[in-house]
Amino acid sequence: MNVSLKQSALALAAVAAIGIGSISVANAEETLVVVSWGGAYTDSQQKAYHEPYMAMHPDVKIVNDDSSAEAVAKLRAMSESGNVSWALVDAVASDAIRLCDEGLIEEIDFDKVLAPAPDGTPASQDFGNLIVSPCFIPQIVYSTTFGYRTDLVKEPPTTIADVFDLEKIPGKRSLEKRPIGNLEWALIADGVDPEKVYDVLDTEEGVDRAFAKLDTIKDQVVWWEAGAQTPQLLADGEVVMGSTYNGRLFSVIEEEKQPVAMMWDWQVFDLDGWVVPVGGPNHDLVMDYLKFATDTQRLADQAKFISYGPARKSSAPLVGKHASLGIEMGPHMPTAPENAKHTLLFNYEWWADRRDDLTERFNAWLAQ
Amino acid sequence: MTESDTAFVRFSEVQKSYDGETLVVKNLNLDISRGEFVTMLGPSGSGKTTCLMMLAGFETATHGEIYLDGQGINKVAPHRRNIGMVFQNYALFPHMTVSENLAFPLEVRKQPKNEIRERVDRALDMVRLGGFGNRRPAQLSGGQQQRVALARALVFEPKLVLLDEPLGALDKNLREEMQYELKSIHDSLGLTMVFVTHDQQEALTMSDRIAVFDDGVIQQIDSPSTLYEEPRNAFVAYFIGENNRFVGTIKELSDNECSVEVDGGYIIKAKPVNVGNVGDKTTLSLRPERVSINPEAGSMPNMLDAKVLQLIYLGDHIRTRVAVGQNEDFVVKIPNSQEHSQLSKGQTVKVGWSSDDCRALDA
Amino acid sequence: MTTEAATQQVMTTADGTPLKVSLAKAQRRLKIRALLLVAPLLLFILITFFVPVFDMLFRSVENQIVPEVLENTAPLLLKWDDRDGELPPEEVFAAAKEDFVKGAKAKTILRVGSRMNYEQSGFSSLFRKTARRAKNFESPYKEAFIKADRKWGDLDTWRILKRESGAFTISYYLAAMDLSYGPSGDITMKPKGEAIYLTLFWRTLKLSFLITILCLALAYPISYLMSTLPLKTSNLLMILVLLPFWTSLLVRTTAWIALLQQEGVINDLLVYFGLITDDNRLAMIHNATGTVVAMTHILLPFMVLPLFSVMKTIPPTYMRAAKNLGATPTVAFIRVYFPNTVSGIGAGGILVFIISIGYYITPALVGGVDGTLISNFIAYHMSTSLNWGLAAALGVLLLGIVLVLYYFYDKIVGVDNMKFG
Repeated sequence: MNVSLKQSALALAAVAAIGIGSISVANAEETLVVVSWGGAYTDSQQKAYHEPYMAMHPDVKIVNDDSSAEAVAKLRAMSESGNVSWALVDAVASDAIRLCDEGLIEEIDFDKVLAPAPDGTPASQDFGNLIVSPCFIPQIVYSTTFGYRTDLVKEPPTTIADVFDLEKIPGKRSLEKRPIGNLEWALIADGVDPEKVYDVLDTEEGVDRAFAKLDTIKDQVVWWEAGAQTPQLLADGEVVMGSTYNGRLFSVIEEEKQPVAMMWDWQVFDLDGWVVPVGGPNHDLVMDYLKFATDTQRLADQAKFISYGPARKSSAPLVGKHASLGIEMGPHMPTAPENAKHTLLFNYEWWADRRDDLTERFNAWLAQ
Repeated sequence: MTESDTAFVRFSEVQKSYDGETLVVKNLNLDISRGEFVTMLGPSGSGKTTCLMMLAGFETATHGEIYLDGQGINKVAPHRRNIGMVFQNYALFPHMTVSENLAFPLEVRKQPKNEIRERVDRALDMVRLGGFGNRRPAQLSGGQQQRVALARALVFEPKLVLLDEPLGALDKNLREEMQYELKSIHDSLGLTMVFVTHDQQEALTMSDRIAVFDDGVIQQIDSPSTLYEEPRNAFVAYFIGENNRFVGTIKELSDNECSVEVDGGYIIKAKPVNVGNVGDKTTLSLRPERVSINPEAGSMPNMLDAKVLQLIYLGDHIRTRVAVGQNEDFVVKIPNSQEHSQLSKGQTVKVGWSSDDCRALDA
Repeated sequence: MTTEAATQQVMTTADGTPLKVSLAKAQRRLKIRALLLVAPLLLFILITFFVPVFDMLFRSVENQIVPEVLENTAPLLLKWDDRDGELPPEEVFAAAKEDFVKGAKAKTILRVGSRMNYEQSGFSSLFRKTARRAKNFESPYKEAFIKADRKWGDLDTWRILKRESGAFTISYYLAAMDLSYGPSGDITMKPKGEAIYLTLFWRTLKLSFLITILCLALAYPISYLMSTLPLKTSNLLMILVLLPFWTSLLVRTTAWIALLQQEGVINDLLVYFGLITDDNRLAMIHNATGTVVAMTHILLPFMVLPLFSVMKTIPPTYMRAAKNLGATPTVAFIRVYFPNTVSGIGAGGILVFIISIGYYITPALVGGVDGTLISNFIAYHMSTSLNWGLAAALGVLLLGIVLVLYYFYDKIVGVDNMKFG
């Protein structure tokens, strides 16, 4: 009895000592909190960026915070309270533009902060036209595209017009509950020259035309708000086709082996990348980390873990096989030539202007 | 079939069981005449409340039939029985004023409005609560609530009124006042009332007849005086009023008198009421006020030595506990009259009583 | 009268201090103690509730950013008379140039662009474009501005800027009530295709009311049953009722989806029993039905608890007495039992109604298009569009509606009659 008491007291003391030790170690090293989307996406960042970086810098500890979905509102709240606790945030381009306008995130000097391509091309040229905001470092190109149930459609959809063709492909389809993307698709399906989509949308008649096209399938649409919904709806047979992020469809097809196939026609490219909050902590560390995490090899590495295309031109040739499935990832990239015959990149500037009023109009249209 | 010779309320071979294993009411037969005030008296669990609930229609008889005014009412729903009832905690509706409470039975009977008002006012006056009509029950005292409950049970002029321990929640003074009030209302309206209580004093004060319940059976039903003076068995004698008890064996037995040998070898002469044969056990019951202290020698058939153990002064009488033989709980009530005996503790006296006052009952 | 005054004068304690004074002294300590006891809660509520509410009230009208950043332009614009159909004078353009240059340096000018974009689409890019070029503008500035973007030559652009140059604005409230400024500055209803919030307010009230009624219809019998059952059985039932509280929101939602979707359990059963045909499966989720079903389930305990606690206190003798007095069971229920449960119905109803008016997670998950409520849009403007002014205005209107309803509830039923348990 006495002995065991002594032993447990010793054990407690040891635990306490270790605890204190680790705290002091933690104080010695720097902790970098990275805000991202969580799930498979954060996992891919953990493996492609965080782990190699921590291996190179044993005194840095990177902690993930899965709050990107609320990032815009939280950053503004932090800025208003004068206490910005986030150092680095993963955000989509449209949010980044908004945050940049609000002065909540820093402008980045691409060529100063980021590594050049292996052949010496400066970062600003390597990223090229994907630099849609001075505050936003693109990381991946993802696309919103369509998946369909191979067993539930008589004939597979091949063009965006098929999404709006209830005769060719009867049944429910899922679309994202926002105007962005859907209006462009509606116009292209209605025969508008894809090059002139935004010119048409700039006119009142163009917007009416897009909504009129959407009207033709309105009662057959299930509207989704979270990326996981379309894969689930497809798996349950609730819809025969639906739009979602291409990475989600990749896991439905290749990992879960559901009877689902991709329809890449007029996939809409979108960008996801890093933003640095103004007044955030660990500024030098963040810049050092960014230089590493956005170099050509690291961006190519991320594609091993998730089927999103790297944002640097120089990364594309380096994309290899999926780390666990062993599938060649090249053909699954939205940027692969086979998939990218018809693609649309958002006109971010245009949407920054029209997002509010068209969202309102879209919601009013939905409510009718 | 004339009214007078037909019972107004009749319980005929009524049995009641809740669990299918034990009978709460065992083969009850009871006739109540029109205008009678009958009390069901008994300890809790004796079946008296169950009988009242069967009469009101809230419980159904497992066997047997209950008749009201000659009609079997087993299958009549409670709201069709037209029986007034005062509940133990009054069950006044808290969301209605006193007047609304009183008007309720009239409204559900679709009486015309002005008549309702008139009868409610009359009923309130009867219980001396005129002017209280707009109050809520919660704003009334216990006694006032009691009277409202009574008025509500009477306002629709039922022929039969049931009262389920209605005075139990009142303090002693108020209870006695209400007893007289109830009795006078009964007398003036000529109602038939069935009253349930476990308070024997209350029962004795108010009733025309009292049915003493025990163990699901009516032990005796008689007028208060008969019940007190001539209890038919040991339970009734014990339950109603105070009494001195001796347990013994019958030695001799004639029509009017028997000799009983009690513990300690004394022979007591008693009146055989409910006994078996010679050699059987019996319980003797003797009211304390029928015992004389130091009677003249030979004036009483029973005369025993007693030692005074305790004297309690109670104003109108002195309650004296004495030891008679081995019985140390023998109580004598000595009236506080001018020439009453002055006893002191430890004194030895003679106690005596007539054989008629000592009733030999079942063992 | 005089004697009364006299007695009042002599009312003193033994040592001669007036009775009232020493009573007040004795009670002051009690009062202080009571205040100290509630102080932590008071402070907590003040910080977590009243401050945010007042902040919200303030935000819904606040417009500081415009006069602050356009510090030179705003006062001039307010003086400018726009009725003659002429563009503002050159001095306004000069002031605007100065503000743009300063604002671009301080990175504040684009916030004005975002703010003005809520008034009219296009301001965002107009400001972005102009901010990039402003430092190179040269006199005459009017031409320079119009050259940078021809919208600066549009009278409406300046009219809107003038309108929103003050430190306070009502435009968020207008937007929240589907109103907007017409071309000449008068307030008009938005056209049908763009109006949304009134529909949503109305839908929120309608669905909340429906949910409250459904909760009541479901909770009343079960509460009655529980109040009459022995404690052991009623506790078991209570656990079943409270179950939705203890399951995670996602589990619950997933369960509802599995049950209600078109290929879900309920539809499968209906098809199996031949009640509907396979191609006529009912749409019960991702629409208003889904919202109503899921929220009724979640909010049911808020109705059951007050009802149960009220019914528990109603003695069974009330019903017996009513029947004995000649009321049929139905009449006895309506006239005696039911009125005694009104306090519980009121409490539960108010609770469920107010909670559902502000609920947004469940409608967002299962509400689809016609099952989303006003709170979903408040959340949208808070977290996505960053139009906090509009979110605040919508919130204030919602609060106002609740207070108005509460006022009428108090008039009709009486708040004192409410019993929460």
